Amino acid sequence: MSAPGLTPARLGGRDVVRVGFGGLRARPARAVLSALGIAIGIATMVAVIGISSSSKEELLRRIDRLGTNLLTVTPGDTLFGEGAELPASAPAMVARIGPVTAVGATGATDATVRRTDRIPKEVTGGIAVQAATPELLRTLDATVRSGGWLNAGTARHPGVVLGSEAARRLGFDRAGGRVWLGGRWFTVLGVLDPAGLAPEIDRSALVGWEAARRHLGFGGRPTTVYERSADASVAAVRDVLARTVNPENPEEVQVSRPSDALEARAAAAGAFTGLLLGLGAVALLVGGVGVANTMVISVLERRREIGLRRSLGATRGQVRVQFLAESLLLSAFGGVAGVLLGTAVTVGFTLYRGWPPVVPGWALGGALAATLAIGAVAGLYPAMRAARLPPTTALATV
Amino acid sequence: MNIIELAGVTKEYPGGVAALRGVDLAVAQGELTAIVGPSGSGKSTLLHMIGTLDRPTAGTVRIAGHDVAALSDRELSALRARHIGFVFQQFHLADGVSALDNVADGLLYAGAGLRERRERAARALDRVGLGGRVRHRPNQLSGGERQRVAVARAVVGEPDLVLADEPTGNLDSAAGAEVMELLGGLHRSGTTVAIITHDPEVAALAPRRVRVRDGLIVDGAR
Ligand SMILES: Nc1ncnc2c1ncn2[C@@H]1O[C@H](COP(=O)(O)OP(=O)(O)O)[C@@H](O)[C@H]1O
Ligand SMILES: [Mg+2]
Repeated sequence: MSAPGLTPARLGGRDVVRVGFGGLRARPARAVLSALGIAIGIATMVAVIGISSSSKEELLRRIDRLGTNLLTVTPGDTLFGEGAELPASAPAMVARIGPVTAVGATGATDATVRRTDRIPKEVTGGIAVQAATPELLRTLDATVRSGGWLNAGTARHPGVVLGSEAARRLGFDRAGGRVWLGGRWFTVLGVLDPAGLAPEIDRSALVGWEAARRHLGFGGRPTTVYERSADASVAAVRDVLARTVNPENPEEVQVSRPSDALEARAAAAGAFTGLLLGLGAVALLVGGVGVANTMVISVLERRREIGLRRSLGATRGQVRVQFLAESLLLSAFGGVAGVLLGTAVTVGFTLYRGWPPVVPGWALGGALAATLAIGAVAGLYPAMRAARLPPTTALATV
Repeated sequence: MNIIELAGVTKEYPGGVAALRGVDLAVAQGELTAIVGPSGSGKSTLLHMIGTLDRPTAGTVRIAGHDVAALSDRELSALRARHIGFVFQQFHLADGVSALDNVADGLLYAGAGLRERRERAARALDRVGLGGRVRHRPNQLSGGERQRVAVARAVVGEPDLVLADEPTGNLDSAAGAEVMELLGGLHRSGTTVAIITHDPEVAALAPRRVRVRDGLIVDGAR
């Protein structure tokens, strides 16, 4: 039943944006303030996601650097619940497994280490004195910060290499000098860098295998065997390790992969804290309410403009679209500002921490989508009110 | 042919005020009509009926051959966009927007592109003698100039019908005379023009006068 020739002309997308933008430009301070709420909410969420993703990326890169092919063998429990022991032959047996490329071992001793003999025996500083095989350094891919590593010559003499943390606690920042260890003076031969995958080494004072037997009453049984193999063979090696080390009682042997712990930490770091995200969501919600409020006021103030546009031939739908566009633009400005701000915060924070800055694309897409959804929801009611206003009422507003 | 045909038009506002009480009016294409009457007599209501901004409570309104009662809100909007131009006492210009873009908005809902809208707006401003004020904002213009911008906006789409509700009400007599001269020129070029006024001098300029009192046309209905 439509009358011939009386179809309203379409309002093109560019004109919709122009009209919506014009409405905002007429009151710039108000537009900026109400977009600010959205910006803060989006910035919070982008920064939370960005920082946790960057921290995850940092851990993943560290895992890449350290490698995932290091396995450790430690004694488990016997059937009777007592602590089991590894056979003295364990390192040699592990070395015989085909794909294994390096084997090192440590053996715990009862000795303590102190700066001088005048410090009481009980003050150990949490430092473990351990016997170490020469191959340990290469197996762990660890590096010496100062001095040297135990070698065949020094392994029998009373010398000690300090893990990074042990050195710090004993007050050494380089090799040289002596420590009181197991009731005699030991020369500090070297200080290690942090060992990455084996933090227990950082807190150890390492003594040669033979020296430990001779001077510290060490029985020669290893307490941890470290081995590396080609990446492709890690699973196969893992399967045979326990039986190789202790053919009679393989169940008394514990095998683990230190990089697994780092990977778990990376996963945890990537799972950003819900609390902070919730905070961002609340800020976003408040921002959305601010936009809705601005739009409601805007419609009340601009009744005459609405009346005029109706008299110029705007349909209800076109009035509705105008105010929706205004609301969408308003929150889009806030969203873009928020994304920039959140990215800047992420980059600043990660540069400060020395992490690789990562802001995932999905976070940016999500921010944009959230922004548009908020703009649409906030603008819907005001836009409908504007569209429902009868032209004569709108024009009669003083 | 009659461009305006009202038959038995009644308009009651909520609360029982009958602003129009059975009005019959016919205006032929190209006429210049002055609508006069005391304040509150129903002149603006009558103009809203003619301009399809509101619908009557009873009676029929035919504009440019279309029965308003048979048209949807969308179709009425299209009718206004193509056939009717309005001039209001309060000008209703957008602050902070140039004269050119205020006039160009007169074509926004008729489907013209931005470039065409601005070209035609510039020509319309020329026609009302404001070719040199294209970039001026409303607050940089005098009252008379503002109303001339509003007239340019009303005519930029070359409507068949221009409706003016007390266009000189806010102007001094010199500025008012200029605006009346413009509206008279429109009439001479063939546009149908209806002007509400309660200034007898203004009314005297129009070939035809319709007198409204208490919601009825008491003279000039034809
Ligand atoms: N929206 C409205 N609601 C209620 N009454 C109205 C409305 N608009 C006008 N009226 C009343 O209708 C009568 C005619 O008004 P109007 O057409 O504006 O007269 P005029 O333009 O001749 O001064 C007046 O009594 C006025 O108070
Ligand atoms: Mg009036």
